[in-house]
Amino acid sequence: MESLPWLILGLPLLTAAAIHLGLKKKQPLSALVSTCSAAVTLVLTLVIISKGSDLAGSFTWASIPGFDGIEVGYELNRLSRGMMLVVTGVGFLVHVFSLAYMKDDSALARYFCGLSLFMFSMTGIVLATNFIMMFMFWELVGLSSYLLIGHWYQKDSAADASKKAFLTNRIGDFGFMIGILILWGITGSFTFNGISEFFAEGGHPKTVVPSVTMFSAAILLIFMGAMGKSAQAPLHVWLPDAMEGPTPVSALIHAATMVAAGVFMMVRFFSAVGMETLDSIWGPDIIAWIGAITSLLAALMATQQDDIKKILAYSTLSQLGYMVMAVGLLDPEAGMFHLFTHAWFKALLFLGSGAVIFACHHEQNIWKMGGLKKTMPVTFLTFGIGTIALCGVPGTAGFFSKEHILESAAHSGQWFLFGIAALVACLTTFYMFRLFFVAFLGKPRSENAEHAKEVGPLMSAPLIALALMAIFSGYQFLGGEISPLYKPFEFHPDAPAFIASILAVVIGLFLSWKLYGNTENDPLENRGIFKHFRNKFYIDEAYAKLVGYGQDTLAAFIHFFDELIINGFIVDGFSRAAGGFGRLFGRLQSGNLQGYAVLFGIGVLLVIYLTVFVS
Amino acid sequence: MASLNDYLFVSGLLFAIGLAGVIVRKNIIVIFMCLELMLASASLTLVAFSRFHLLNGLPDYNGQVFVFFIITVAAAEVAVGLAIIVALYRARQTINVEELTSMRG
Repeated sequence: MESLPWLILGLPLLTAAAIHLGLKKKQPLSALVSTCSAAVTLVLTLVIISKGSDLAGSFTWASIPGFDGIEVGYELNRLSRGMMLVVTGVGFLVHVFSLAYMKDDSALARYFCGLSLFMFSMTGIVLATNFIMMFMFWELVGLSSYLLIGHWYQKDSAADASKKAFLTNRIGDFGFMIGILILWGITGSFTFNGISEFFAEGGHPKTVVPSVTMFSAAILLIFMGAMGKSAQAPLHVWLPDAMEGPTPVSALIHAATMVAAGVFMMVRFFSAVGMETLDSIWGPDIIAWIGAITSLLAALMATQQDDIKKILAYSTLSQLGYMVMAVGLLDPEAGMFHLFTHAWFKALLFLGSGAVIFACHHEQNIWKMGGLKKTMPVTFLTFGIGTIALCGVPGTAGFFSKEHILESAAHSGQWFLFGIAALVACLTTFYMFRLFFVAFLGKPRSENAEHAKEVGPLMSAPLIALALMAIFSGYQFLGGEISPLYKPFEFHPDAPAFIASILAVVIGLFLSWKLYGNTENDPLENRGIFKHFRNKFYIDEAYAKLVGYGQDTLAAFIHFFDELIINGFIVDGFSRAAGGFGRLFGRLQSGNLQGYAVLFGIGVLLVIYLTVFVS
Repeated sequence: MASLNDYLFVSGLLFAIGLAGVIVRKNIIVIFMCLELMLASASLTLVAFSRFHLLNGLPDYNGQVFVFFIITVAAAEVAVGLAIIVALYRARQTINVEELTSMRG
C-alpha cells in the first residue's frame, strides 16, 4: 500500500522513457503501452480512494548542512485523492480517445510519449509535499505542454503557440519562485506541513509574521505562478493559442488538469496557512478581483469567436476565473469543487469538439458546420449534456459547483463580485448555446458537415463516460466520497445565488435562441463593441508592441555600450596602445651611427657606475 | 716635472676630445681617427701610472708592456676598419655617416 503512490508516479515516467528510447518506430505499440499505463494508474488511484485513508511518505533528495533539505514524496489527503482521480480518470479517457483521433498521425509514438510525460509531471504536482518538489513538477508540466502543443511543429502557428505558452508560463514562474523564497524566509520551511505548523497557533498575522506586507507580497507572488499556469489576466494570452495542439491534448492539459494546477496549488497553500490567518490581510482580495476580471474578459471575448476550440478555450479561461475568485474569497472548497466538476464537463466538451472536428475532416469553424444533430446523435447528446453542465442548469454537477461559488460571493458581502459572477454565468450560457445551436442544429453549411458521420466506439465511449461524470459528479453520493473537499458539499438553496443562477441561464438561453437559433451567419459580427470582443481586446497586439519596443530599446542601449566601451575603449584602446609603444621604441632604431655610439657610451658609464660605486 | 695628476688630466682631455669627435663628426675617417685618439689616451694613462708607481725604485713595467699590446691590437683593428670603410665606399659611394640610414625604423 505504501508503495502504490510511487508506482502511480513512476509508471508514466517509465512508459515515456521506454517509448522515447526504444519504441519510436513501433507506433501502435507505443500507443498501447501508454494507454495501458494510464489504465493501471487509474486502477491504482481507485484502489487508494477506496481505502479512504490519508497516506504520506517521503525521502530527502538533497540535504545541505544547516538547512532542512529538499524532500521528494507524496501526501494523499482528501484534496489530492480527488485531484488524482481527475488526473488519472480524464487522462485515461483522453488516451483512449487519442487512439482513434490520432491514428493517422505520423508521429504517434512521440505524441504518446508526451502524454505519458505529462501524466508523470501532473501526478507529481498533485502528490507534492513541498513547494520545491511542486515547482520542479510545475516546470515539467510546462515542458510537457510545450511539447504537446507543438506536436505539429512543422506548422509555424503551432511552433509559435508552444513557445508563447512556455514563455508566458515562465513569467509566472518567476514570481512563483520569488514568492516561495519569501515564504521560506518568513516561515522557515518549504513543506506544506511545516508551513501549517508555523501558522497553527492562529491569531492575527501581525503577531505571527514579521511583516504583513511581505506576507501579502509572498501570497501574491505565489499567486503569480498560478496566474501563469491557470492563465489569469494578464497572462491569459497563451491559452487560446494553445488550441493549435491536438484536441485530446487540449482536453487533458488545457481544460482539466494543467490549468487547474494553479488553482490546486493555491488551495493547498491556503489550506496550509489557514483561513483565519488569511482573513485579515489584503492579498486574497486582489486574487478574487483578478479572477473576476479574467472571468468577465474571457466571457466577453468568447461571445464572438468562430473557432469551436477557441470558444471552449475562452470558456475555460472564464471558469478558471471563477475558481480563482472562489479561492480569493477564501472559500477553497468552492474553488476545488468547481475544478472537479469543470474537469469532467470541459474534457467532455473538448473531446466532443474533437469528435466533431474529426468527422468534419478537420474543419473547426462553427459557421461551416451545422445539422450535426442528425448525423452524429451520440456526440450531439453528450455535447449537449456538457453544455448544460457548463451553463449550470439545475440537476447537473455544474449547477452545484457554480451555486457554491455564487453563495460564497454573496456570503462574503462582495456584491460587486457577485454581480460579475452572475453576469458571467449569463454570458456563458449565451455563448455556449451560440456554439451549440450553430454547430449542431439547423442545416449543414458545408460539404464536410453534410458528409459527417458518427465516430467509432473508441471515441464515443469516453464521451459517454464523461457525460455521466458531468451529471453525477456533483451529487452527494459520488461527490461525498471522492470529491476533493474537506467536508462534503451540502446544497441548501440560498435566495440570491439560486435566483441569480436560474435567471442567468434563462436570460442567456433566451438571447442566444433569439440571435442564433436559426441563422446563416453571425448577426453581431462587426457591430460596435462586438468587434472588440472578436479581436480579443487587442491584448495580443499590445503585448507584441510592448515586447518589440522593450527589445528594441534594450538592443539600442547594448549596441551603444558595445560600440563605445567595448569596441572603442577596450579593443581599439589596446591596439592603439600597442601601436604607440611600438612607435616609441622604434625611435631607438634611427639608423644613425653616431646615435648608436652615444647610447653605447651611456651604457658603458652606467656599467662602470654600477660595478664600482654601487656595492 | 709634471705630476701624475697632470698626465691623467691630459689623458682624460684627449679621451674627451676623441669621444666628442666620434659623436659629432660626419666623416667616417675622422671618426676612425678619433677612435684611435681614445686608444692613445688610454695608452698614455697606462704609461703615466707605470712611471709614477715605483716598484723597488724602478717603474712598474707592466703598464708599458700593456701599451705595446694595445698598439699592436690598434694596428690590426685599423687594418680591418679601413678595409670595411673601403668596402662601404664601394657600396654606398659616400663616407658621410649621415647618409647611411638604411637600418632606420
